[in-house]
Amino acid sequence: MLCQDCNKNEATIHLTQIVDNEKVDLNLCKSCAEKRGFHNPFEKIPFPLAEFLTGMLRERGDKTGTQLQALKCPNCGFTFGDFSKSGRLGCGSCYTAFRTQLKDLLRKVHGSSEHHGKTPSTTVEELKPIRKERKLKEELRKAIEEENFEEAARLRDKLKEIFEECNG
Amino acid sequence: MFEDMIKHPTVWLQGDGSEAEIVLSSRVRMARNISGLRYPPHAPREDREKVLEYATRAIEDEENKKLLRGRLVYMDDIDSLNRNFLVERHLVSPEFMQNLPSRGLFIGADERICIMVNEEDHLRIQAITSGLAAEESFDLANKVDDSLSKMLEFDFDADFGYLTSCPTNVGTGLRASVLIHLPGLVLTRDIDSVISRITKLGLAVRGFYGEGTDVSGNLFQVSNQTTLGRTEADIIDSIQQVTDQIIEYENAARERLFNDARMQIEDKIWRAYGILKNARVLSSEEVMNLLSAVRLGYGMGVLKNIELPLINELLLLSRSAHLQKLVGKDMDSEERDIARADLVREKLSGI
Ligand SMILES: [Zn+2]
Ligand SMILES: [Zn+2]
Repeated sequence: MLCQDCNKNEATIHLTQIVDNEKVDLNLCKSCAEKRGFHNPFEKIPFPLAEFLTGMLRERGDKTGTQLQALKCPNCGFTFGDFSKSGRLGCGSCYTAFRTQLKDLLRKVHGSSEHHGKTPSTTVEELKPIRKERKLKEELRKAIEEENFEEAARLRDKLKEIFEECNG
Repeated sequence: MFEDMIKHPTVWLQGDGSEAEIVLSSRVRMARNISGLRYPPHAPREDREKVLEYATRAIEDEENKKLLRGRLVYMDDIDSLNRNFLVERHLVSPEFMQNLPSRGLFIGADERICIMVNEEDHLRIQAITSGLAAEESFDLANKVDDSLSKMLEFDFDADFGYLTSCPTNVGTGLRASVLIHLPGLVLTRDIDSVISRITKLGLAVRGFYGEGTDVSGNLFQVSNQTTLGRTEADIIDSIQQVTDQIIEYENAARERLFNDARMQIEDKIWRAYGILKNARVLSSEEVMNLLSAVRLGYGMGVLKNIELPLINELLLLSRSAHLQKLVGKDMDSEERDIARADLVREKLSGI
């Protein structure tokens, strides 16, 4: 079945709209459905990200495309290929690992790659209880790994202190 | 579960606030991720559990409790009927119901604030207000964000702003949307051209889906498409302005209908009202469309005795999960259609 709007593409989206208490069937191709404002609820990668992503990989041709796909985030192990399949990133560090590519992509998706909105109200210096605790736990894990038991004991006491502060 | 909630209509349907005849509600959602932990769709279980633990403690912090009065529930403890109930109340996204471990939900006492934990992002802070009030919703969500960030460090990049699982949300992480009722534009068949005009302005319009993929009740959702490169105030402002414009179009369409086809429109409204008051079997789709006509009747001054909060309440109570919770048992779709008609007749009997 051809798309009823453009009469060119295959209609892949079939919707029923209620107009005037009457059912009106719509058979549209993807781009015409988007033009009418219908969003395919089953599509995992949001429009227009998917188009830009595939375009980006296609533009580079096979060789650099493959290199790009293999680009990897050192923190979570997510590759650019994983990202282009799911449209989702693995962690905050992915934004650093894929910075150049994402900058390009964000410019296309948002018309900008620069944040102009609010910034977090707290500064890193004033570590709040949870952050402090996480930092200590991380240090403790390292100390135990390095068999630095004196340091570990000190950190454990500190953690206990914080715990009592929070629950006291 | 949630028995107290079903007794009271949710706040976004109370039918007050600016332009409430046309705009049902204004919602704001902010995406935030706790730094150092992997993002939910692919995060290992231990990261998801940490997110839930940190979020729980931030939400239950003494200082934050002043703003965040309500309950925190874990999705693992909630059966599918109650999950659907939460979706119908717009407290969680349909995606959130999928059974992934370590998902939590904070619901504010009056349901204006809610926080999804471990949806696509670690935190999705939502605030919702009746009528056209995107700014009010934003202020509320913003306060929640500020108070949570006293306890939690969020992923933030000097260039890209707040980092999110999907790059379409990066920057402000802000999605503002209004739920808007446009029967006039649907009847005059101008809706498609209005939708394409809004889309050109960089906003997204979506039909409001009931059960399945049908656009039901002439309800549409308008939201910002981009989240990066503009301030929060800018995004909220553009939603307000475009919505004002859509309201103007809708009112013009209604006026035209009134001038050109008054009897046909009045007939349609009164028939819808008659069916609602008398039907013995009502499908959810039919009820949405009949309520849409009655809502139009209220807005055009044709139906004078019915009140907006009641129409809105019926819109929610007649949905499947609400209906089953009201009746107090699981029902198949045939039984639901009968119970739905009973409920509507009973609620309209006093008028
Ligand atoms: Zn087409
Ligand atoms: Zn990563």
